[in-house]
This record gives sequence, structure tokens and C-alpha cells, in this order.
Amino acid sequence: MADYLSNTPDQQVQMLKEIGLNSLEELYANLPQDLILQKPLNLALGQSEFSVFDTLKDLSSKNKVYKTILRGAGVEHHYIPSVVKQLSNREEFVSAYTPYQSELSQGILQSIFEYQSSMCEITGMDVCNASVYDGATAAAEAIQMVIEKNRRKILVPKNIHPQVVSVMRTYTQWLNVEIVDVECRDGVVDMDDLKSKCDDNCAALFIQHPNYFGLLEDVMDISQVVHSTGAKLVQYTNPMTLGYLKTPRANGVDIAIGEAQPLGIPMSYGGPFLGFMAASADLVRRLPGRIVGQTVDENGKRAFTLTLQAREQHIRREKASSSICSNQALMALTASMYLASVGPSGLKEVSEHSMRKAHYFANELVKLGFKLKYSGPYFHEFVTVSPLENTVIERVLDEINVLSGLSLSSHETLWCCTETIKKEDIDRVVNRLKEVIV
Amino acid sequence: MSQLIFERSVPFRRAVRFDTCDVPEVKLDEKYVRLSKARLPEVSEVDIVRHYMELSRYSFGVDNGFYPLGSCTMKYNPKLNEFAASLEGFTSIHPDQALSSIPGTVELMDKLSLSLTEITGMDAFTLQPAAGAHGEFTGLLLIRAYHKAHNDNKRTKVIVPDSSHGTNPASASMAGYTVVSVPSNNEGGVDVEALKAVLNDEVAALMLTNPNTLGLFDPNISEIARLVHEVGGLVYYDGANLNAIMGTARPGDMGFDVVHLNLHKTFSTPHGGGGPGSGPVGVKSCLVPYLPQGTLIKEAYGYRYIDERDTLSIGRMRSYYGNFLVNVRAYTYILSLGCDGLKSASQNAVLNANYMMNALKDTFPVAYPQTCMHEFVISLAQLKKETEISAKDICKALLDYQMHPPTMYFPLIVHEALMIEPTETESKESMDNFIQVLKDLKQLAYDDPQKILNAPYTTPVKRVDDVQAARNPILKYQFK
Repeated sequence: MADYLSNTPDQQVQMLKEIGLNSLEELYANLPQDLILQKPLNLALGQSEFSVFDTLKDLSSKNKVYKTILRGAGVEHHYIPSVVKQLSNREEFVSAYTPYQSELSQGILQSIFEYQSSMCEITGMDVCNASVYDGATAAAEAIQMVIEKNRRKILVPKNIHPQVVSVMRTYTQWLNVEIVDVECRDGVVDMDDLKSKCDDNCAALFIQHPNYFGLLEDVMDISQVVHSTGAKLVQYTNPMTLGYLKTPRANGVDIAIGEAQPLGIPMSYGGPFLGFMAASADLVRRLPGRIVGQTVDENGKRAFTLTLQAREQHIRREKASSSICSNQALMALTASMYLASVGPSGLKEVSEHSMRKAHYFANELVKLGFKLKYSGPYFHEFVTVSPLENTVIERVLDEINVLSGLSLSSHETLWCCTETIKKEDIDRVVNRLKEVIV
Repeated sequence: MSQLIFERSVPFRRAVRFDTCDVPEVKLDEKYVRLSKARLPEVSEVDIVRHYMELSRYSFGVDNGFYPLGSCTMKYNPKLNEFAASLEGFTSIHPDQALSSIPGTVELMDKLSLSLTEITGMDAFTLQPAAGAHGEFTGLLLIRAYHKAHNDNKRTKVIVPDSSHGTNPASASMAGYTVVSVPSNNEGGVDVEALKAVLNDEVAALMLTNPNTLGLFDPNISEIARLVHEVGGLVYYDGANLNAIMGTARPGDMGFDVVHLNLHKTFSTPHGGGGPGSGPVGVKSCLVPYLPQGTLIKEAYGYRYIDERDTLSIGRMRSYYGNFLVNVRAYTYILSLGCDGLKSASQNAVLNANYMMNALKDTFPVAYPQTCMHEFVISLAQLKKETEISAKDICKALLDYQMHPPTMYFPLIVHEALMIEPTETESKESMDNFIQVLKDLKQLAYDDPQKILNAPYTTPVKRVDDVQAARNPILKYQFK
């Protein structure tokens, strides 16, 4: 058994004596005795490190790890630089608590400040918080940022990641907030439907850009419509794409949120991930969660500290707009390291290469007889209508160690390409599919 | 202090390079394309390494020294857990992969859930919530769904002790409830008479931590649960303090209907500087129908996730299934310790706390002087009155001794509070050292208070101006 105790049984006996007790059980003498368990928990006894690791290795080896991954929908396989893996594992970062004691935690605080700064840079926003659990909860938390006494309606187009919308509905189910669908046309926001629904009761329109189907939205046009009624525009986005695409800020967006897993975090079967939230300066006091600010110490030296804490649960309790306590500090650190490792040129390359691979792949599929479901411009993801059933595509690709795109219906697939996909991988996939179609 | 990484930037410097793109260029319409490159740092790999090495020197983790933060359970984070969580078969799996392709992951999640039900005495678990507060919100939504399903719609209130963690009332508000506070009695437990006065058929639930935030086990817990059930309410267990009782007592046996756990406290997963955590929620069978979408369940023909077809579900709490890699660490820990190790861990957590409390009780008044559980609260109110030295000042002085100060000013009901939780992994020598330092500091407070008021001496920055930070917020790097 590994119990990670330092004190030996002898030391424990000595300590017990000092406090006037004879056994560890006596520590619980004041508890109602009918609550004391009379037999051990029905779990196996503890095991050695060797044995436990063997068990975990066995479990992990039963899972299929694909060599080529063409599935995205917000969670992507990108290359993670070794320097990021190595440094994000440093015990000082990993085993530290929340940096409430500023003097002792300048390293962590500075790393969060750098993360906030980097995210502001890529989104064009003025402020960014220290992160929330994931992109979907970031969207849910953003609702609290925009609702007003007389603006309780949130508009959500049907081309946002369904899980994101689902979480938004869960979070608001008992609150006086109405979530209204906006129709899509050819996969993008239907401007006529938007205009008809966007009125003085609207708090905000949420859009995803590039959207769930990979398509590019006309964000500028949308922002004009939205702002004309006094509502806000919230953009849910994959921050990796911002290496190439215009910033939310430049498009007139008020709040940029999203899932930052693509920035140096492994796919992790869904978590831990990184929800980012960035906004224009006027919204800073409505941002949930932790925020690090720059200040000085008593000698005028630059220092960092958790700030604007009056927004948070430990101060406001039931009046806080969110109960969120922790952030995803280690993931934010990882993303920050990733952005420093790739730099502005690298992020542009990751973004652009992903986009180019997707377009090459889409064109090859079209030659095979697949159709692009939507006609508009797309970024690094696209939807096909295929001549084969998806179950066949999945099986055929699985046999060559490729994870196919996400099945949206029996013949529709959402494909994703990242910079990790080589031309030869795409050619191999296309050739295999060609064999099956023929 | 150190430079910001932006300040290390040199134009055109790069760390990681990518191969030339092997597929044709694509021209998107200008209107979509970024106008100028992001001003991310342009640094070499050496720059990056030196930068983060420096930042790590200005950070302090459990691996650096004593971390007696009450209510946080800063126990040692086993390295084995890190290796387990970095196995490729766990990290490199897309969450939309079919369950049939990942039997190892499915088995791990199932076994973890089962282990947690056994440890807590509950009937089922969801591993989805990402943190404790998220678990609380989940639990309250479950409670609300339960009452709705029973057409019991006048229940608008949730009762919360005045000693509770701030996330409790905040989560209740998010679920649309009105929060009613109930005071503690002189022994630090819930004032049962005061509780009876607020219990009626408008109460949806009572939220409790047990042991409570003062480190005390409420001897009336079964009675309290019974009283709430009698008026038709449910009882919620904030599992932040589970480290006191594993293997000895279980919230399920105390009458709780729903619990959340903090894997980053009780189950040794690292705090990461503020996250990621994991807050699985356990329920009694009456709440199983409402579990969130994205919860793994086992049916006759195999496993699946609760989804939109499960119309009674409260909905989805977050994307996918939870902080899986954090859950892997917790599972590894449970396997390592086993039923014997988990019990021993809790017993030693309580032993260590009582040992320290006993050693300090003549130095500082203990807020509730009885056998404590895994943490205890001392009050420095008298010290402040007599010397002007506050709990905060003592904490600042502690920074010079290579240890993290205890939790200060929580719970709110004790003045000049310091809450101390050594955890079971701390050695007697380390605790003795801390005790001696506190005694020395107390003496210094009387002999030479100025020395304490001028602390810390050895930290890279000193007495950070929080007021200015809030008044004049600078929240990102100011480019020239």
C-alpha cells in the first residue's frame, strides 16, 4: 500500500500519547457512534506503485489511439511542443494553490497575467479573465454578463455547437432568461430571421465563428444589426483560428469566448479543458471568475495580484453572479506557454496550414463524389454529404488507423484538419475511400 | 522581479517551427483575414525555458514546503498519478470517439464511480462537474428537478449555515433559490432550534459541510437530516472536508441525499495554481433520474451516456464528460491507498490536526476547543487587541519561513481567524517547526511588533498594493 504518510506508526503512537489518546479510533470518540463504520470499505486493499501503474497501463492500452485524426467539433489534435509539456509539469506550478498570498505566488500570478495578455492580443479585446472550466460553461457564464433588467432574451443560431447551447439552457433553466433560436440559411446565420428577432428585449446574440459547420460568418454585418437594437454581440470561437482570421474586436464583437483546448492541451477525452472569456473594457466588472491585475508593492516594485475580487463568490456570496471558485490555472499556463512557443508567426502557420489541409481534403473528396453540404467559405472544418453511409466510412478508415470526421447524420460528416495532417495522410484516406466507392 | 515574456520579445525570434505546408495555398476573402499579426511574444526556446524556470522559482507548491491551508486539503500530490494521467491511451483520445473504441476509459470511469459510491455511501455518481462549485450547482439543479417532478413548486428556499463557503450560497442563487442563513451554536455546529424555526414546506434543501468549516463534526447531523426530510426538503453535502472521515464515516449514512467531492482536495489531485479540479456528484437513488447529460451509465446491453432522450435529466453541465485526466489521477490514488490506506489517511489527517491544536492551544485561543477533525481554527483577536498585530500580519511574517500561511479570515464567524489543516502527509518534524515559528512570532509581536509589521523580508515583492490594483485596473500587458 502506498499511503504517502511520513509519520511512522511509532511516531503516531507518540503523538497520540501527547494528546492523551491511545488509538487512532479514539479520535472519533465524539462522533455519534452509530455512524462509525464497523467494517472496512468494500474496496480492494492498497497496492504497490508497481502494481497500480501496471493496472493503469493495461487500461490505457485497451483504448484505440488513432494515428490520423479527422474529427474536431471544437476538440482538436494539434502538435504540442515538448517545451510546453516539460515546463507545464514543473512541480512548483502543479502543486501550488490559488495565488491568494501574492508575495509567495508572483510566478503563478505573472503567468496568469501573461495568459490574459496573450488572449487579449489574439482576440483584440481589452480584458480577459483567468479562465473558466471550458468553452461551453464560458458561454453560459457570458449570459450573466449581458442580461439587463429589461433585456432577458438571448439569441442563439442553430449553427452553434449543440453542447454549448445545451449548457447555456441548463444554466438558465430557473432564471428569468429566454433563449431563442435563430434560423440558418445554407449553414450560416439567416440575416432576415435575425433582424426579425433582434429587438429591444434582446440582451445579446451569440454566434460561433467559424461556426459548428466550419463556415465563416459575416460578423461585421451581424454586429451592425445587433448593435442597432442596443444588444451585445458575443462570439464563440476556436482561438487557434485567430492566428489567421480577423479578431472578434475588429468585427465589432463585445465578448469573445470559447474553448482553448487547441492551444497546447491534449484531447484528454474531454477534460480538463480551458474556457476563455475576453471582453471590451466596459464589461470588466461583469466578468466572472478570477482576474489578475498589475500593481506595485510598498517599494514601488511591479507586482501582480488577484483583483476585482468583489465580483466573486467569496465576497458576494449569494449576490455573486457566478459561484465559480477555481479557474483552470494549469491549462491557462499551458496555453500561454504554447502561444509563446509558436509565437505570432507560428500561430498564423498552425491556423493557415489547418485551413489549407482542410481545403485540399475537401477538394479531393468532392472529386470522389462527396458533396459539400454548404456553399459558403469555410475555414479548417467542413461538412460533406457522402455517397457512402457513415458507418462504412468510419469502419474503412478505422482499419487504416484513421479517426473519421464526426457523423452528423447517416450520410453527413463534419471533417476537421489540423497542421498535423500530412498530404500523404489525406491521399491515403482518399485512395482508400475511392476503393470502397468503386 | 522578472520580466514579462512580452518584454523578452525580439522581432523574428522563434521557438517552435513547422514544416512547409505541403498542400496548395488558399485565398480567403480579405474581409475574414486578420489585419495584423497578434503581438504574441517572439522568443527562442531558451528564452521560454529560462522565463518559466524563473516564474517557477517565484511559485510555491506543496512540493516546496508546508501548506497548512484550512479547507483546501493541500496533501501531497503523488507523482505516480502524473504518470498515469499522461499515458497516451488516456490523453490522445477524442471525446467523440465511440465507447467501443475505449473500453479502458469506460472501465476506469465506471470503477471510479463505484469506488466513490462506496467511500461516500451514495448510490450513483456523475463525474462531469469540473470543480467543487460546479458540483454544488449540479447538486442544486438535481434537487430542484426532484421537487419539480413531484409537483412541489413552492420550495423556493435553500438554507445555508453562516459558516459556509461562499460557493454554497452563490450556487443556490444560480439555481434560482433564495438563500436563508442559519447561525451556528456555541459548539460550532448548526443551531438546531434556529434551524427548526426556518424549516417549512418552502425549503428545498439544506446545504452542509460535515465536518464543518470550523473542523468540527456536527453531532446532531442525523437529527438535522431527519428534520429537513420531515418537511420534505433534501440535504446536500459539501464534500470539501471529506478528508477527515474516509473509511470511518460516510455522508450517505448521515442522511445526505446528494454530495459533491473535491478530487483536488481529498483525492490528492494537484491544485495546479488554481485548477483544474474535479467535483463529482453522488446521489441517492431518488435523484438518479435527473443526473446530467454526459454521465456514464451502465445498462443491460452496455454503457452509454445520458443524453437528450433522458427527458428528466437536468441537462448538460459542461462539454463532454468531466475533467477526465484529473479523474484518472484520483482513480490511481484510490487504487494505491485502497480501503486500508484511505482510512489511515483520514485518521492521520485528524491526528495531525489534533496534535498541532494541542501544541498551540496555550499560545492562541482555539475557536472551538474540543477534539477537532482534520482542521482547526485559532483566533488572533486577543493578539491584535494587545499588540496591533493581526492575523494577516502573522501570515506575512510566515512567508519568510519557507512555508505557506494558513487560511486567514475564514470562516467569517471567527475574528482574526487562522484555519490550519496540516493533512496526513505532513511529518511531525515539519509540524513541530511550524508550531515553534508561530510561538516565536507571538513572542516577537509583544517584544518588537515593528519587526512583524515590516515583514516579509525575503520575498521578491512586499505588501502588494491590492487597493491600487482594484482602483486602477491594469489587466493586460501595456504595449509601448
